[in-house]
Amino acid sequence: MGKIIEIRDLKRFFLVGGETVQALKGINFSIEQGEFVTIMGKSGSGKSTLLNILGCLDVQSEGDYFLDGVDVRCMSKDERAVLRNKKIGFVFQSYNLLAKTTSIENVELPLMYNSSYNKIQRRQMAIKALEMVGLQNRLYHKSNQMSGGQQQRVAIARALVNNPVIILADEATGNLDTKTSFEILALFQELHSKGSTIVFVTHNPEIADYSTRNIVLQDGIVIEDSYNKNRKII
Amino acid sequence: MGNLISIALKALGNNKMRCFLTMLGIIIGVSSVIVMLAIGQGSKESIKEQVSEMGSNMIMIHPGNMKRGGVAQDASSMQSLKLKDYENLKEECEYISAISPVVNSSGQLIYGANNHPCSVNGCNEDYLEIRKYKINSGEMFTQEDIRTAAKVCVVGKTVVDKLFTDGEDPLGRTIRFGSIPLTIVGVLESKGYNSMGQDQDDCVIAPYTTIQKRVLAITHLQSIFASAISEELTDKATEEMTKILRRNHRIETDDTDLDDFEIRSQEELATMMSSMSDIMTILLSCVAGISLIVGGIGIMNIMYVSVTERTKEIGLRMSVGARGKDILLQFLVESIIISVAGGILGIVFGIAVSSFLAIFSTWRISISVFSIIISFLVCSIVGIFFGWYPAKKASRLNPIEAIRYE
Repeated sequence: MGKIIEIRDLKRFFLVGGETVQALKGINFSIEQGEFVTIMGKSGSGKSTLLNILGCLDVQSEGDYFLDGVDVRCMSKDERAVLRNKKIGFVFQSYNLLAKTTSIENVELPLMYNSSYNKIQRRQMAIKALEMVGLQNRLYHKSNQMSGGQQQRVAIARALVNNPVIILADEATGNLDTKTSFEILALFQELHSKGSTIVFVTHNPEIADYSTRNIVLQDGIVIEDSYNKNRKII
Repeated sequence: MGNLISIALKALGNNKMRCFLTMLGIIIGVSSVIVMLAIGQGSKESIKEQVSEMGSNMIMIHPGNMKRGGVAQDASSMQSLKLKDYENLKEECEYISAISPVVNSSGQLIYGANNHPCSVNGCNEDYLEIRKYKINSGEMFTQEDIRTAAKVCVVGKTVVDKLFTDGEDPLGRTIRFGSIPLTIVGVLESKGYNSMGQDQDDCVIAPYTTIQKRVLAITHLQSIFASAISEELTDKATEEMTKILRRNHRIETDDTDLDDFEIRSQEELATMMSSMSDIMTILLSCVAGISLIVGGIGIMNIMYVSVTERTKEIGLRMSVGARGKDILLQFLVESIIISVAGGILGIVFGIAVSSFLAIFSTWRISISVFSIIISFLVCSIVGIFFGWYPAKKASRLNPIEAIRYE
């Protein structure tokens, strides 16, 4: 099993009104391939900052971050964009689907920015990803014609379509009712069982029960990092 | 690139009405530029035509620009053109095909109980060629008539109609010009009205000697008309004539201000006459051009709104791997599509309006390919120019903030 994520003494400072705010104060952990990790913490604990860095949207102030063996720190903005395109799948709390656009076109979106796929390949890959999330019958539905749960499934398919090394979910069940939340969690577990590496950021402690490992942040440091021996399977 | 265009088209398709209204600015701008240029070009062409009706590659020499003791003289009172000038020009100029001295007198023509006001041009037989006149019946007066200052004349059709009201044959009849009897030897072919509304058939021509000696009692010439061999040689002919006249008049400098004569070619005349319409064309096109710029600002405004409105979408695109330049190009392509599509519609609309004007108004309309190309280029530039800043703004968004933008 290779290390997908390796971070060492990761720090992130922000300058707010002349004062330096330390959002992350030195974080160490690594995530192996095939893990389903939840990162928990109250608001202000630094979990969003950490997720942005893990997702290559932001760069640490100090420390090292290797994604799939690649040092992200010295990469340019455009190089990080390409890296996101090839190695990371994002799932957001508010789905972030393009309006008035069919599910298949939404799922194709990451591939549009990768010139190595042609139109036919894109379509095939998108259909395959939608099949994986159980939406093979909703290929040409527009985003506003679907329920919240279905929209989130489309978003997950979009995260899967480029065969990323890691899926980063940011409160992916936050906008959904309990029943649908469980369906989505079940989907994540299914993807995990098929080999996907997943990092799920949440403030909801219940979700941690379904993952294999739980990292808890508080005030910019890791206060707990435990493997979940009796995890719940839906 | 194909991806970009389809992304842009899709985004525009989501806001059809807004997109069309934005385009409308460009459509109006481009079509008005085309219509204005078509009107301007048309009026220029009709002026050219008017001037070319006057004669063939005509060069006109008038006395002019003379000062006596610092007092500028009225050109008509000047006597600087002499018969000798005409003779020298006729002998020495290589680039002219015809030349005629001209003296002119106005007065009343009388025949029987009819009379008609008219001006009589005194000239030689070359005058017909220079002014593109043709003899319809009878013949032109001869060299001999000129030598003897014969009392003969050739008349235009209008003069015939006015004087010979009962349909008599005018040939051989004698009409009176003031107190001088003139026998009609020829009638000119009708040329009709020129585009300035002057009746070209309302004329009488007679030997210049007759007018000089018998009517005006002068020895100088009022003007000299000549025809260059071809249009291209007009400038050379003008130069040549200037040289000869300066020599004859003992003018040693090359300063045209000191010349006591003025040489104008038909071409110059056309340019002079169309300069007013040129100014109008430029002014109107500027106004039309401003509306094009206003249209461009409309695009910029809408693109700004669009960037703000789609901040979240931009954030998402960035998070799935769009680089800054992908976003920049996407928005740029959108604004270029709006402006170019607007441009094409504007061109079509402009041509339609011009054709409509050509049919339903008396204006002469001439649509030039040049104006179409120019407006198309301007449109594309407007699209790039006004789309650039909003697109740049979009490409610089921070993906973290953009994706959480509400």
